[in-house]
Amino acid sequence: MSGHESTYEPKSGFTKWLDNRLPIVRLAHDSFVDFPTPKNLNYWYTFGGILAVCLVIQIITGVVLAMHYTATVDEAFGSVERIMRDVPYGWLIRNIHMVGASMFFLAVYVHMFRGLYYGSYKAPREVLWLLGCVIFLLMMATAFLGYMLPWGQMSLHGANVIINLFGAIPLVGESIQAWLMGGPSVGNQTLQRFFSLHYLLPFMIAGVVILHIWALHVPGNNNPTGQEVQDVEKDTVPFHPYYTVKDGFAIVVFLIIFAAFVFYAPNVLGHADNYIEANPLVTPAHIVPEWYLLPFYAILRAITFNIGPIDAKLLGVIFMFGSIAVLFALPWLDTSKVKSMRYRPVAKQFFFGFVVACLLLSWCGAENPDNPIIKMGEDKLIVTYTDAAGLEGSRVFEEYAPASQFREETVTAGGTASLGIQVAPAFRFLHLSQLMTLYYFAYFLIILPWLGLRERPKGEPDSIHQSILGNEAPAAAPAE
Amino acid sequence: MKFLRPLIIGLGALAIGLTADAAGGAKKSKAPEGGWPFAKVPAGQLDQQSMQRGFQVYKEVCASCHGMKLLSYRNLGEPGGPFYDDAYPNANDNPLVKAIAAEYEVMDATPDEFGDPVFRPAIPADTFREPYPNEQAARAANGGALPPDLSVITKARGKGAEGDGASYVYSLMKGYPSFDEVKFREEPNGEFVNYLEFDDGEKVGELIQPIGVYYNPYFAGDTAPQWSGDPRHKPYGGFLAMPAQLPDGRVEYMDGTEATTAQMAYDVAMFLHWAGDPKQVQRKSLALPVMIYLVLLSILLWFSYKRIWRNVAH
Repeated sequence: MSGHESTYEPKSGFTKWLDNRLPIVRLAHDSFVDFPTPKNLNYWYTFGGILAVCLVIQIITGVVLAMHYTATVDEAFGSVERIMRDVPYGWLIRNIHMVGASMFFLAVYVHMFRGLYYGSYKAPREVLWLLGCVIFLLMMATAFLGYMLPWGQMSLHGANVIINLFGAIPLVGESIQAWLMGGPSVGNQTLQRFFSLHYLLPFMIAGVVILHIWALHVPGNNNPTGQEVQDVEKDTVPFHPYYTVKDGFAIVVFLIIFAAFVFYAPNVLGHADNYIEANPLVTPAHIVPEWYLLPFYAILRAITFNIGPIDAKLLGVIFMFGSIAVLFALPWLDTSKVKSMRYRPVAKQFFFGFVVACLLLSWCGAENPDNPIIKMGEDKLIVTYTDAAGLEGSRVFEEYAPASQFREETVTAGGTASLGIQVAPAFRFLHLSQLMTLYYFAYFLIILPWLGLRERPKGEPDSIHQSILGNEAPAAAPAE
Repeated sequence: MKFLRPLIIGLGALAIGLTADAAGGAKKSKAPEGGWPFAKVPAGQLDQQSMQRGFQVYKEVCASCHGMKLLSYRNLGEPGGPFYDDAYPNANDNPLVKAIAAEYEVMDATPDEFGDPVFRPAIPADTFREPYPNEQAARAANGGALPPDLSVITKARGKGAEGDGASYVYSLMKGYPSFDEVKFREEPNGEFVNYLEFDDGEKVGELIQPIGVYYNPYFAGDTAPQWSGDPRHKPYGGFLAMPAQLPDGRVEYMDGTEATTAQMAYDVAMFLHWAGDPKQVQRKSLALPVMIYLVLLSILLWFSYKRIWRNVAH
């Protein structure tokens, strides 16, 4: 953290020489060895380290995959399979890269929920939070670009859906669309630029990660009490060995889950349709993005109505991008001076509601919006007919036998009749996704700003060491 | 075990993400009784005898319409493959594989000195011969339908769990209605129609099978337009252009196994499951050592953590 004296002392002649010219060893020592870290960080705080490991894994496996991958529409699908079949340990490298994307997002979501719960976005860590949001955006872009590369059915049609969203933007939409596709439709040139950008973005992520760590090391870590470090002796321990070993343990536990997917169910996180080679003429029955983008997809599809001059399609795009934009504004939306939700009993309830809303949005994103969740009544049968006299009408039946009899009688009498289903009213995935979208935005735009002014925080300790040693242990902490 | 909570919650989120279902109204495919041997944890095994029989089914039945363009004959003799033999670590030397390849005539990639194409018997390095020269020919021979390539068919069906795709192939191949169940009658206008009767104690409806396609409850599709009966209870499944292919005794197994429909469906699903992921044997044999290593490492780190933090209240 800024202001702490460097304790690095170069020992050998070479390190003394280097320290006077480029104090890089000193930087590493001060950042990762002697860095004063609050004593009370729980396991939710290990996900930063886990994410660093994920990024390194993705870059290393990705660079190797790029050596064997062919970015053309004729060969991309086959070349990915060739990697799995003929490159030594190619199956392992490809499975790690594929599962790794999911693991990366799993970890980043836990990391972000951690930040939301403990108020890690509040002063003096706003820039840290903003950089994190930039990394998240870059990750989503990278994952989307990468999903295109195997050139399966979901790759092509998923890319089509997302690129078409940009077409909804007034005036410049179509130009942006053509610019992204590199032509009039998604084709070879799109695949090649997606490959190029998919290789570029991870290094941009790595760059922003360095800034993110820098911005972390200026104010120092937040911690579950939300209190800033007041006494380095009493409140902190050096990063090494205390947190290297704790993070190390968490990383290995995470890798066990990672390996379980890689070795026992490498394809379960993806979509089977992506093992069908892309065919622009055949559209899959349901186009679904990868699981980690489902909440945003659900928000996009939840908007089925126009507001004033803005039509539903554009509005959906605005809401989808808004759901991420609102994260950038969060440090200034939350008015509470208390960081940690441990001491905000009311806000805590809304926070867990927010987590549930995100999970339910994922579920909505995966399902057909028209599917019912709770049916109100049974589906009925409706016979639409034109009788012999030319009169049109329809009759509703509960049972099949009378409906069928009525249809036959009408036909025998010289009319026409057809039998269909009158779908019972139901609470559908569309409705759930609309409710959850409402809650998602209300959480950031209404609940957090309002609560901060109204709520009464409870049991906040005066300092980190008091919370560790004192009797005022807060009730119902989520971990530790 | 507080530290497990984030992981459990994360896995819960994943489980929710996995509910995506693409197949429209098809019956859920089932694994054979006792499950697939290759889907067992911690170390699944492919059944080599079954794969060999499955290859025979592919060769004698499927291959006349379905290609497997991602496979080479050498793959059959590689570790984990149906004809792998310890005596021939290099599959190109395996006499069985050579003999299988030599049954097919392929065009050499290099023309002769006059630039004319050279046709020769295939060698293990050649890819499986395609049944049709191009898509148009394939469609023309199959009433307009394109028989899909089977290289990764088991990965392209189901939900991605180990054995999902094999269960689909197995269920589909033995899921056709039997010969007696498909009835036919003459309509008043003189046309003959095939139909299936469905009953639920009493007759609830008829499914007309259009000419050139065949009903199968496991095939994703829509039966509504052909269904006369309560539309709320239309049958599962849909119609596909491939008729039932594996009546009892369709092939004569070289190892003397009785070639029942279920046996052939099982064997060909086993073979196609291997073909979709031929390196799965390496994956499954590496799985357990990696897991053991990681678990031991995590135990070691846990005690290191306990020791390093023993004097620090936190």
